[in-house]
Amino acid sequence: MANTKDTKGTKNGKLKMGLYWAASCGGCEIAIVELREKILDLDAAADILFWPCAMDFKYKDVEAMPDGHIDVCLFNGAIRSSENEHLAHLLRQKSKVLVAFGSCAHEGCIPGLANLFDRQSIFERVYLETPSTDNSDGTLPQISYQMPEGEVTIPKLYNTVKTLGQVEDVDYFVPGCPPQAPQIWAVVEAILGGKLPPKGSVVGANEKTVCDECKHKREDKRIKKFYRPHEIIPDSERCLFDQGIICAGPATRGGCGALCPTVDMPCRGCYGPPPNVVDQGAALLSAVASVVDADTEEEAARVVGEIVDPVGTFYRFGLPSSLLHRSKLD
Amino acid sequence: MITFTIDGQTVQAEEGKTVLEVARREGIPIPTLCYHPAVEPYGACRMCTVEVEAHGRTRLETSCTIPAQEGMIVRTNTPDVYKARQTLMGLFLSRCPNVPLIQELAAQYGVTEPPYPTDTPEEKCILCGLCVRVCQDVVGAKALNFSERGITRRVNPPFLEKTRDCIGCGACTIVCPTGAIEIVMEELAIYQEKPLGPTSAIYVPSLQAVPRVPVIDTDACIRFRQNDRTNGSNADACGVCQLMCEADAINFDQGDEIVELDVGAIIVATGFNMWDPMQMSQYAYGQSPNIITGLEFERLSNASGPTGGEILLADGRKPESVAIIHCVGSRDHSAHPYCSRICCMYALKQAHLVRDKTGAEVYEFYMDMRAFGKAYEEFYERIQEEGVFMIRGKGAKVEVPPDGKLRVKGENANLGVMVSVDVDMVVLATAIEAQPDADRISSLFGLGRTEDGFFAEAHPKLRPVETNTDGVFLAGACQGPRDVPDTVAHTGAAVSMALALLDKGEVTISPAVACVDEELCSACKTCITLCPYSAVSFIEEDNVARVNEALCKGCGTCVAACPAGAITGRHFTDEQILAQIEGLLRIPVEQLVEA
Amino acid sequence: MNDTNFEPRIVGFLCNWCTYAAADTAGVSRMEQPPNVDIIRVMCSGRIDPTFVLKAFAEGADGVIVSGCHPPGDCHYTNGNFKTFRRMPLLEAMLAQYGIEKERFHWGWISGAEAAKWAQLVRDFTEQVRALGPLNWKRELESKED
Repeated sequence: MANTKDTKGTKNGKLKMGLYWAASCGGCEIAIVELREKILDLDAAADILFWPCAMDFKYKDVEAMPDGHIDVCLFNGAIRSSENEHLAHLLRQKSKVLVAFGSCAHEGCIPGLANLFDRQSIFERVYLETPSTDNSDGTLPQISYQMPEGEVTIPKLYNTVKTLGQVEDVDYFVPGCPPQAPQIWAVVEAILGGKLPPKGSVVGANEKTVCDECKHKREDKRIKKFYRPHEIIPDSERCLFDQGIICAGPATRGGCGALCPTVDMPCRGCYGPPPNVVDQGAALLSAVASVVDADTEEEAARVVGEIVDPVGTFYRFGLPSSLLHRSKLD
Repeated sequence: MITFTIDGQTVQAEEGKTVLEVARREGIPIPTLCYHPAVEPYGACRMCTVEVEAHGRTRLETSCTIPAQEGMIVRTNTPDVYKARQTLMGLFLSRCPNVPLIQELAAQYGVTEPPYPTDTPEEKCILCGLCVRVCQDVVGAKALNFSERGITRRVNPPFLEKTRDCIGCGACTIVCPTGAIEIVMEELAIYQEKPLGPTSAIYVPSLQAVPRVPVIDTDACIRFRQNDRTNGSNADACGVCQLMCEADAINFDQGDEIVELDVGAIIVATGFNMWDPMQMSQYAYGQSPNIITGLEFERLSNASGPTGGEILLADGRKPESVAIIHCVGSRDHSAHPYCSRICCMYALKQAHLVRDKTGAEVYEFYMDMRAFGKAYEEFYERIQEEGVFMIRGKGAKVEVPPDGKLRVKGENANLGVMVSVDVDMVVLATAIEAQPDADRISSLFGLGRTEDGFFAEAHPKLRPVETNTDGVFLAGACQGPRDVPDTVAHTGAAVSMALALLDKGEVTISPAVACVDEELCSACKTCITLCPYSAVSFIEEDNVARVNEALCKGCGTCVAACPAGAITGRHFTDEQILAQIEGLLRIPVEQLVEA
Repeated sequence: MNDTNFEPRIVGFLCNWCTYAAADTAGVSRMEQPPNVDIIRVMCSGRIDPTFVLKAFAEGADGVIVSGCHPPGDCHYTNGNFKTFRRMPLLEAMLAQYGIEKERFHWGWISGAEAAKWAQLVRDFTEQVRALGPLNWKRELESKED
């Protein structure tokens, strides 16, 4: 399924592209626009058949397409509603190559942190408990509601946020929150040139971790105390991890140019795990704890006990794709 | 070269040499009191007076100050010279009638009674000025000088007050011919007469040392101390040893050399330390010079020691009774809980030596007698037959009453009574312990330590000379208390194993080692501090971590820590372990639990 | 869910030199233990990646044991167990956030001479996990989805 050379069978020989956003923030759309003038090259090489954010095609247009009609579909956003899932299946059916585009589709990303809760508690928080909400009737969303005019429905919100790969068969993964423009262009070029790696690969990213691209100077690690980024002003020359700030860089695939460390903020891990790591959060946890400078159980427990919200820290972007996927449902 | 005669003998001298120096060189005796080759001659005592005939005149001159002149005729023992010296000795003896050196020298000139009355019979100082000269010129501390004139002339520190300028080097006491100067410590006057260690800053460690050459203890050496004390402005104080050394073998600029060697095996033989009995005040160590440790007794009894091997008290007398206390600091939860192994046998030996050399009564306070080796039990029996009093009960307390005796109190457990015995000397068989820098040595070589503080052997029964780090072996007491035969055996084993390792030319190692995938390693350096064998190091040129397979023992800690998943633990890979987990949990529960 | 027929599935990650040796001795000495603990041997407790513990729970284990040599001096590799006691408290805190009870995860030290202690741990921990009921992570996840 890697070769798209023979798919350019449209009237003008251009690549047929689709872009969709599921449970996402819109940042991946902006990332496409961030191609800047290259978007004209994209336009010259491809016809976009579906892009809810920027164009007016409807779902029924997609449903009407023959199977495999779309050459490449860049699907961003996580799957957390029945609508998201429906489109995932639909676009799989209608696309030759389905790409999980961006961290949400790749590993769950920020929406994935909802996996520490369930639908009911989220509804209660959003619609009832937030201080600025006035909902004296206690109305919560319902999937269907009978109106005088007939039944109105909304998609069902799931308890669990899933990645695209967990609901459908994905051809390629482009990581990043969002993927960086140069990487996006590299992927587009690869698709246009027909030079794609084996199915299931992560593309548009490096094999090494963020550390490889990071300018901070790394030394032997012995951490006596952990700091959250706002608690200290770090030394710009030295590795942030060396200074006790938990940086996900060592456990995160590179390719972004170490953007966040460049401005002295620790990497958050948005490009997901490096090629050989099964569970990004566990790998980061292991590294972080291993270098704690403590030679007694009490001291070690004290130092690591200062880490606030381990799940949120270690699985900020990858909770749905982690081994346990979500917290226990009651 | 200058040619002249002494007592009819033609001698030669370099320009500037004094007559005394030449005479000494030629072996011609001339008495002196105020001369010392390390300091400038002063001509104070006048005893070196000789008759000098030069330029047609004959006169009496002090040979220590007069330089050799071409053609001079020196006579060292004419009647006039003898008379002069005799007069001088009469004066000296009258000033210091009770100083043995003066008495002896005066007797040589026929003076046996002081010719003049004295009102200072205890006077020892003969105003020779040696102490002043050595302190001013050699040491440079300038803490002593003459003051007053005439009959009130004396040597003292400035204004007769204790001065910080005195560095306590003791040079004045060494040069003083009559013992008129003492070094006294402020709080305790200890070890006044018979120090049991090296007596000078340059010393040969022992006559059995290999190589048998002297070393300079730079913490005690006046030259080094003055250099430090004055921040380099007095950098050539003293230097007497270099001056005296005929082979010109002393070089103060010698320093530590750092030598780098690539080796295939290391044998750690760093020995042991003696536990300091000052830590237990009930033994009163330090309160009397006659309470000594077992090691100090060995020095005392050694023929090359300070007493020539005689067992003597600090004041020079032979003891009439000696107590030897076992287990001082050993088998003691307040000090070391372990048994130091060697003390019972050496305590028996020391008892024997005391009996043999002095005939003193010996009281041996012991808890258990550990005579475990070949012929050891037989030796124990023999010592008992020699009349040593064996008291089975820990010597609990040593007291220092004012009468000069030492009181040892303990329990005689066999009789069930408390005992107390007054003795002249107490020997404390103190514990042996790991060296104070064992921490540093163990991290240098990757050695573990057992609870007793000594280095950890690879297996307590089966591998006594190996350690958990391949190629590093232990020899001797650094691994645990042991006596000479056991040390020889242990060391022989260590050497054999080291030789076997080297002889093979190749090393067989377990294949279960860690391996870094350099395509994935991103140089985060998380792994670098984790390895107990320093098997993972960071290679700057290649910007990756790399495992030295010869050092890696396969524990897998770095594998678990690597956040990039770049390190594989061969034969215990992540894939293998995760597959084990999956496989185990796929078996239905019902199959596991058979009724 | 207190099923009286519930047999807990417990995975134990044991270090070769200490706890594994103790378990071996316990077996050879015919010490009575329930069969609920499946043992995975590693050379050192320092080899135990938190991933393994998470994987075990994810694949259906109801309880997990991690055990190695007593710190500070027993570790065959000098200080592999130091890394263990640095990692485990953090893992424990994270498992609690996941809703996995502390009582399902036991980490500690059993030396090669403490076979009886191992057997006792197996007995006690099996009952402790039995009282909590099955965790059944995968199945629960699927069944509670909508």
